[in-house]
Amino acid sequence: MSGGQMTAGRYLADSAGEHQGLAVVLFTVFVSVTLAITAWAGRRRSSSEEFFAGGRMFSPMENGFAIAGDYMSAASFLGISGLIALFGYDGLLYSVGFLVAWLVVLMLVAELVRNCGRYTLADVLSARMRQRPVRIAAGTSSVVVSVLYLVAQMVGAGSLVGLLIGGQGTAPRTWAVIGVGALMVFYVSFGGMRATTWIQIVKTVLLISGTVMLTVMVLVRFHGNVDDLLHAAATGSGHGDAFLAPGLKYGGSWSSRLDFISLGLALVLGTAGLPHILSRFYTVPTARSARRSVVWAIGLIGAFYLMTIVLGFGAAAVVGSDTVRSSNAAGNTAVPLLAEALGGGSGSTWGTVLFAVVGAVAFATILAVVAGITLASSASVAHDLYTALRRPVARHGRRDPAEEAMEQDEVRVARFAAVGIGAVAIALSLLAQDQNIAFLVGLAFAVAASANLPALLYSLFWRRFTTRGSVWAIYGGLVPALVLVVLSPVVSGRPDALFPGVDFHLFPLENPGLVSIPLGFLAGWLGTVLSPEPADPGRYAETEVRSLTGAGAV
Amino acid sequence: MDNEDGGDPLALRVDDPWSDAGGAGLWVPEQAAPVAPPAAVPQAVAGTTGDRRAVFQEVQDSAAFQEVRERYRGFVFPVAAAFVAWYLLYVVLATTAPGLMGRHVAGEVNVAMVAGLAQFATTFLLTWAYVRHARLRRDRAALDLRWTLATRTGQERVR
Repeated sequence: MSGGQMTAGRYLADSAGEHQGLAVVLFTVFVSVTLAITAWAGRRRSSSEEFFAGGRMFSPMENGFAIAGDYMSAASFLGISGLIALFGYDGLLYSVGFLVAWLVVLMLVAELVRNCGRYTLADVLSARMRQRPVRIAAGTSSVVVSVLYLVAQMVGAGSLVGLLIGGQGTAPRTWAVIGVGALMVFYVSFGGMRATTWIQIVKTVLLISGTVMLTVMVLVRFHGNVDDLLHAAATGSGHGDAFLAPGLKYGGSWSSRLDFISLGLALVLGTAGLPHILSRFYTVPTARSARRSVVWAIGLIGAFYLMTIVLGFGAAAVVGSDTVRSSNAAGNTAVPLLAEALGGGSGSTWGTVLFAVVGAVAFATILAVVAGITLASSASVAHDLYTALRRPVARHGRRDPAEEAMEQDEVRVARFAAVGIGAVAIALSLLAQDQNIAFLVGLAFAVAASANLPALLYSLFWRRFTTRGSVWAIYGGLVPALVLVVLSPVVSGRPDALFPGVDFHLFPLENPGLVSIPLGFLAGWLGTVLSPEPADPGRYAETEVRSLTGAGAV
Repeated sequence: MDNEDGGDPLALRVDDPWSDAGGAGLWVPEQAAPVAPPAAVPQAVAGTTGDRRAVFQEVQDSAAFQEVRERYRGFVFPVAAAFVAWYLLYVVLATTAPGLMGRHVAGEVNVAMVAGLAQFATTFLLTWAYVRHARLRRDRAALDLRWTLATRTGQERVR
């Protein structure tokens, strides 16, 4: 075991010099392009519409690419292919969940949210409620979800750099996390939504091109015969037939099975509650273009996840599961290793080039995703929390000079909030450096599904839903989700836990979704039933008519 | 035919703030935006706040809106319930019945592979079906209603 690790470590260290040079060049090119985009976007007048929604005039295709860019994180590119390379079919379950979730977004959320809101989720939730409590609750849960997701991505950036540079020390990882944090804060504070959107588009084009290239190479290698590929993968994994059927990772105890069902539920319901995805719909002019951008996104995301399956099985077939595992126990290096092997192996020119390309694409992916999340969370701080705490919100008012001034104020707060959130995320990422990325992402989805989705669906579809109902729905999902995580085996009681020395894990599952999502729905219902005042039918009429017709949408 | 449903109960009123304002509804550069459009304002403010609720409730009760709502809900609710159930069935089967899922269908391809690819296929298919339904059955009627509301509330002014 340790022998294998030694070999793999030396193997990576030997080729690290060549990888590093080219990868750094490619990555520098990407960073320069993004900085140029930011500078170009930053020259525009900074109204809040420009800053939070990029001027609302993106085309459905552009926005579809940007949505796909926000969604396809390095966790899916490296993580899912790696899981498939190690555990076969059980990794594929992730791909399915991540894609099917988009049907919820398409049918129940995208158009209605576009019609009812201006910049954030809280706009929609508070539309027919008392502004202050609902805005504070929705803003808080949006920031929590975003920070969790942000930490996951930045931890990923750290391990990726560790891999590319080949060093075992923590210094390169620390600097990678700080560098990514500084860049994302710069993009967001200076470029706002317009720069962030174009960075996502560039990244999606890069990521899809890289994935298509590798997929074609895998298929060519097996002469287009999928059966051969699957057979070679089963052989290369060392598990034989069991590799192609579910059960290798989650088939053990009942708690691990329940854990996976919990994760599956969180994935399919969480996407529709992710603040950075919802705020994407405000960059297009109408609900119809929001719908068409989701269709673009579903096409891109579906094609991408289908290709990650090929890459994962390809890595098992070409590289072999044991080699992947000895390079990184979580499998995160499966795709770079596959690229190197397809190019001709370690030391060959094409092998080195492909390895560097994959590394640079993965890094670009992380950078774009963190920028999108930072923007969404700074919008929540400025437009929801700051607004609710500072002044009563002017609703549907005419755009008088005073309001114009307040909007300027909001943009300024958002720029500073981006700096603050960046700092918090950097600090937390440095603390959580050894956590599993996929777990952190699953956690963010679980919190989004428990806290945001129940309140969102109730307020769009339930006539009797009240202010108390929405506040209870948000906190009733958010608090149990966080408490259950603290009591889970991830935090204590296991050798690989956050606090391995102590044991206070009372909840057997790693992912809280199975319990906390129903609790969120239950709390929203209870709060509504126990409300002192009934819902206002006039304001529900307005919400419903606006959500379905687009009347009065900005 | 939709137009006739929608047109009748939502006929224009003459004292509508939008019509009153006349040229004031046109776009004006922000610097020159009138703080108070002369004469029309007190009336308009009273009109919009007082009538907003009534207008929206009236539209909500109208046959045209009920039709849009029924078409939307009639498609989305059953389809959403069906695909969430199908996805959960897939996840539960994959975790609890690996034996069944591991059964070979053709060559190396087994039931689990077919089911996984079927999830992808149904996602693409339902996306197509939803978009088609929305485009053919809902968009026109919703746009008509939006237009009616814009003329009624004067809210949809040019910014």
